Amino acid sequence: MSNIAIQCDGLSKQYRVGGRERYKALRDVIMDGLKRPFRIRDDLRSSGDSAESESTIWALRDVSFEVTQGEVVGIIGRNGAGKSTLLKILSRITEPTQGQAEITGRVGSLLEVGTGFHPELTGRENIFLNGAILGMKKAEIICKFDEIVAFAEVEKFIDTPVKRYSNGMYLRLAFAVAANMETEILLVDEVLGVGDAQFQKRCFEKFRQISRGGRTIFFVSHNMAALRTACQNGIILDCGRVTDRGEINTVADRYLASLSKHNGTESVETKSFTVGEVSIRSLDGPVIKTFDDIEIRVRVLAKTDIVSPGMFLSILSLDNQRVAALAFNDFLNISGLKQGDWCELGLRVGKFPLLAGEYEIEIDLTDLGHHKIELIARRYNFEVVESPVYEGRKIDQRFGLVGLEVRAFGGPVQNALGPRVGPRVGPLDNANHKV
Amino acid sequence: MTVVVSELPHSPLELPRTIIRPSGGWVSLRLQELWQYRELLFFLAWRDVKVRYKQTALGVAWAVLQPLLGMVVFTVFFGRLARVASDGIPYPLFSYSGLLAWHLFAYSVTESSSSVVANERLITKVYFPRLVIPMASILAALVDFAAALVLLIGLMAYYGVHPGWAILTLPFFIVFEIATALGVGLWLSTLNVQYRDVRYTVPFVIQVWLFASPVIYSSTLVPARWRPLYGLNPMAGVIEGFRWALLGKPRAPGVMFAVSSLVVVALLISGLYYFRRMEKHFADVI
Repeated sequence: MSNIAIQCDGLSKQYRVGGRERYKALRDVIMDGLKRPFRIRDDLRSSGDSAESESTIWALRDVSFEVTQGEVVGIIGRNGAGKSTLLKILSRITEPTQGQAEITGRVGSLLEVGTGFHPELTGRENIFLNGAILGMKKAEIICKFDEIVAFAEVEKFIDTPVKRYSNGMYLRLAFAVAANMETEILLVDEVLGVGDAQFQKRCFEKFRQISRGGRTIFFVSHNMAALRTACQNGIILDCGRVTDRGEINTVADRYLASLSKHNGTESVETKSFTVGEVSIRSLDGPVIKTFDDIEIRVRVLAKTDIVSPGMFLSILSLDNQRVAALAFNDFLNISGLKQGDWCELGLRVGKFPLLAGEYEIEIDLTDLGHHKIELIARRYNFEVVESPVYEGRKIDQRFGLVGLEVRAFGGPVQNALGPRVGPRVGPLDNANHKV
Repeated sequence: MTVVVSELPHSPLELPRTIIRPSGGWVSLRLQELWQYRELLFFLAWRDVKVRYKQTALGVAWAVLQPLLGMVVFTVFFGRLARVASDGIPYPLFSYSGLLAWHLFAYSVTESSSSVVANERLITKVYFPRLVIPMASILAALVDFAAALVLLIGLMAYYGVHPGWAILTLPFFIVFEIATALGVGLWLSTLNVQYRDVRYTVPFVIQVWLFASPVIYSSTLVPARWRPLYGLNPMAGVIEGFRWALLGKPRAPGVMFAVSSLVVVALLISGLYYFRRMEKHFADVI
């Protein structure tokens, strides 16, 4: 027996777009039938543009790959790249136009949490209904019932119609049912995109647990950080084609690098300088990730004689908060410049702590010898890409702007008044347990 | 979709193998797979039953009230005022037995024709044999039928009508009626996915069909030589069969019923194949 779980050969899917209306009215078909005798003349007249009126697009084109059993694969790509179409074909919801896929093992697809949940039914009833829809046997659901309820934390409300549930309870319950599917292959589409951070973390841990059990998982998500921690390998889809495939971090970095815009190299003038180039890059890879070592370089041309070249460099968040500001001359003094000299000012930052998001750099070029401070009229933006911080949890603005290097400790304590190392921080000392 | 599933018991060494590729030409009905999903069929039917009378004051009484009120209206207008012949059966009983069969059909067809579109979310998100959906809505309609049947027994007792041995054939006629409803439902639900006109056509068709079927009047009203033609309406065969099984009148199924049977078989088989042929487009078109 081969250990290939999924093998795709030239999978293609064509959709019809534009031209025709989405719903054909029966009237149109009947009218078409009535007009048939006159069709020939019509066809002759309009044969030229009939091909264009019914245009088609290829949502997937010649997609071939293999996934071995137990592999956890992330599918990465922009919206409309064909990720969901691929999952739909593999889960047999829609049929490919060309090509074929061979799947060994039972497939569970989780394209949405709570598919088939009915608001009028109680939590208990929905567990059974949803389980059956996902392909579980009744006996299997009974067996898993307690586990599902415990995971969802809805014990008290299990006999309440789910329309009375809070959004969070609803999602937890829906996810709990799906996470207990026991198929050899699991296809997951963006389910981690819902719910609050706490819930996402729990879902995410559940998936890691599942993948450790040797099951094949196919993951589509926009949460790059989650993909990096959950998956071993990645497949990049672009415009329906596989453009890259390999180890997840390598693939994700290459993908993000291909997305990020390059920083301005066009020159900007100030009174005493011409700014040639400003660049910011990671020393650890093609994209900047939290805790990478980074390097900022500024190249300038002196338009007059400069005594002591330097700069003030600020990093700003998009809402104009100054996250950090550095004065070049605090670190290094370089010799004066003659008019027409080129000069490079560089800063290296170790363990750059900014969390994923877009930032801007604002630079004042200085000549402290002449008491000149000249603001460069434009800002340079850069992006820190999503990467695993805090055990791979999806990090957004609610977690602040900077990442901290954290190690949690603690557990049950025998004697709360026992000897302590270090000062008490306050009455909430044991808050660390919850981090 | 041509899918070859060799489902063996779940031993870790023998995993089922699925091949996904574009299908063409004639499709198999894959009834075996349908059997594997029988639990889902029951769960969906159970959901429909559970949800149908939620937040109604009268609840499942509606299942009985609908044919009952129909009977009262028909009895007043057709039984008393128009004096429609009812084969010697008390008119209320005559019309109720017809309405009982009719409601099962009308409800099944209405529900199943909209079922595929109504379950769009399921169809675009999960795989299962799509046939389960219209089948489940017909199964759910049977529950109402069972409730209404109880009242019929009461009415028969009231009018002192004792069923003969023919009552044993009732299950056959019920199955026959389900086949009729399923055949029609499959066609309409498939058409509905692509042509939403169906939604507006069905109520009208059902109304006309009621008058074309021997619910209000007896099929003896139709001249004997036209009866085989009348049998082209399968509900004529069904309702006459019901009356014969329950009330022993007007007569055992004959030529008309044979014609109806042929129509039903043709309707069901063509419906199944049409549905299976079109279902691969459901997720894309719906």
